[in-house]
Amino acid sequence: MTILDRERSDVSAAPAARQVVYRHRLPTRIWHWLNAAVILVMLMSGLMIFNAHPRLYWGQYGANPDHSWLQIGDSGEQGFLRVGSHTIDTTGFLGVWGGPGDQTMDTAFPGWLTIPSTYDLAGARHWHLTFAWLFVAAIVAYWIFGLSNRHIWRDLLPSRRELAPRHILEDVKNHALLRFPKGEAARRYNTLQKLAYLGVVFVLIPLQILTGLAMSPGMDAAWPWLIDVFGGRPSARSIHFICAMLLVLFVVVHLLMVTLVGPINEVRSMITGRYRLPAEHD
Amino acid sequence: MAGAITRRKLIAGVAAGGSSIALSAWTGPTYNPFFQDNVLSIGEWLNYRAQRLIVGNALAQQFPESDMSPVFRTNGNTDPGTPEYEKLAAGQFADWRLQIDGLVASPASYSLAELRAMPSRTQITRHDCVEGWSAIGKWTGVQLGRLLKQVGLQPNARFIVFHCADDFDGTPYYESIDLVDAFHPQTLLAYAMNGEPLSVGHGAPLRLRVERQLGYKQAKYVMRVEAVAVLSGIGDGGGGYWEDAAGYYWYAGV
Repeated sequence: MTILDRERSDVSAAPAARQVVYRHRLPTRIWHWLNAAVILVMLMSGLMIFNAHPRLYWGQYGANPDHSWLQIGDSGEQGFLRVGSHTIDTTGFLGVWGGPGDQTMDTAFPGWLTIPSTYDLAGARHWHLTFAWLFVAAIVAYWIFGLSNRHIWRDLLPSRRELAPRHILEDVKNHALLRFPKGEAARRYNTLQKLAYLGVVFVLIPLQILTGLAMSPGMDAAWPWLIDVFGGRPSARSIHFICAMLLVLFVVVHLLMVTLVGPINEVRSMITGRYRLPAEHD
Repeated sequence: MAGAITRRKLIAGVAAGGSSIALSAWTGPTYNPFFQDNVLSIGEWLNYRAQRLIVGNALAQQFPESDMSPVFRTNGNTDPGTPEYEKLAAGQFADWRLQIDGLVASPASYSLAELRAMPSRTQITRHDCVEGWSAIGKWTGVQLGRLLKQVGLQPNARFIVFHCADDFDGTPYYESIDLVDAFHPQTLLAYAMNGEPLSVGHGAPLRLRVERQLGYKQAKYVMRVEAVAVLSGIGDGGGGYWEDAAGYYWYAGV
């Protein structure tokens, strides 16, 4: 029996508009907040590690004399981001930014986005490579819990009907028009939501872990397939960065949706587990 | 580092450090030694133990010549610049000798010609800088394990230390590895790179290649190899110049 089934029988007497359902079980809630904190640390320390060499490459080797497909840098007063042959001025944010007390700093990512906040590659690696263990432990626990208590199968896996192009298009339209599920329909995640969560849990986070391991010379000796899969350590580093940015994109959209749908109800549901179904006619 | 963390310290660190995580993250430049020593060092300990378990004696990947970097950049010191080194370099290192001593049965020294006359190994491997860049080059040299067997290690030797001719503001460069890496078949004292004698920029006349670790472990301008039981007596005790100066991991397999 899923949590939703169980709650359906508990609250069936309540008027539909006021229904409170038990939406998130304790392991899910603990994982959510632990993961939120760990991902924040991983992102901010990762950006500091990137600052040590703010260029990305494809292939088996990649260093300053080689062609980089992405670079953040400065040409004197101006900060820039270059992707391929396109360069944009990012002065004030990337490459050149205002540090404490009118100082002009020239690291790629600004101090308010990094851990530690002043240039410290060794310190950032300590944070990143320690919290990486928590990051991995958390997702492995989530997979084990989620697959064994059927949370992933019942709540996250879209049905064949939900995957029909017409249904997905309808879902995209609803999101674009900020039309969110009400009443009974709000019991379940919608299709885009399911795909986003599955994408994070089974694609982005595993890719982050594997590309992270592929940057370790020790792991490459133990598991040479890591390098074969990604086509080189510089490629793995590029994919690691891209996945990090996609995770940032996910978090931004996630927070936007929480804000639009009802921040108090949504945040409460991730703390207490209880979610008030939005009324049919609001 | 090996043996640097006890179980009790680990547990105390997790308990007390948890509360300071948020603080340390937001105060940024403020360095919290307790959090650093008791919480963040757990990662280094885990990484070293886990990799010793998983990696074992596996070989680092070797590449075909077609994968070699067209230009292999230099890093760190590119010329020791001391009068003694200048003199050795001017004489094509004919007067240079590698000293091997410390906890060995019979200390010895080798000229460059003697090292070149020994059985050699050539490998095309990837050099991974801690900063994030990678370059692929071809290295030729003597296996460190072969030299260590010649001089014979004393039973209490645990680490091999490399003393170098270069320095940063007067602090000499040095590095150290454990015996697993010291006797690994790909661990070389290399005297040639890409088929040419090692250039000054890349560490002439002799540099370490320890292929399953990051670039700062690949000590250049090696003058002396010392076997020791503990690292605490050398430099500031961190096991290497960058470990002492900036807090880099001693085990650089990650």
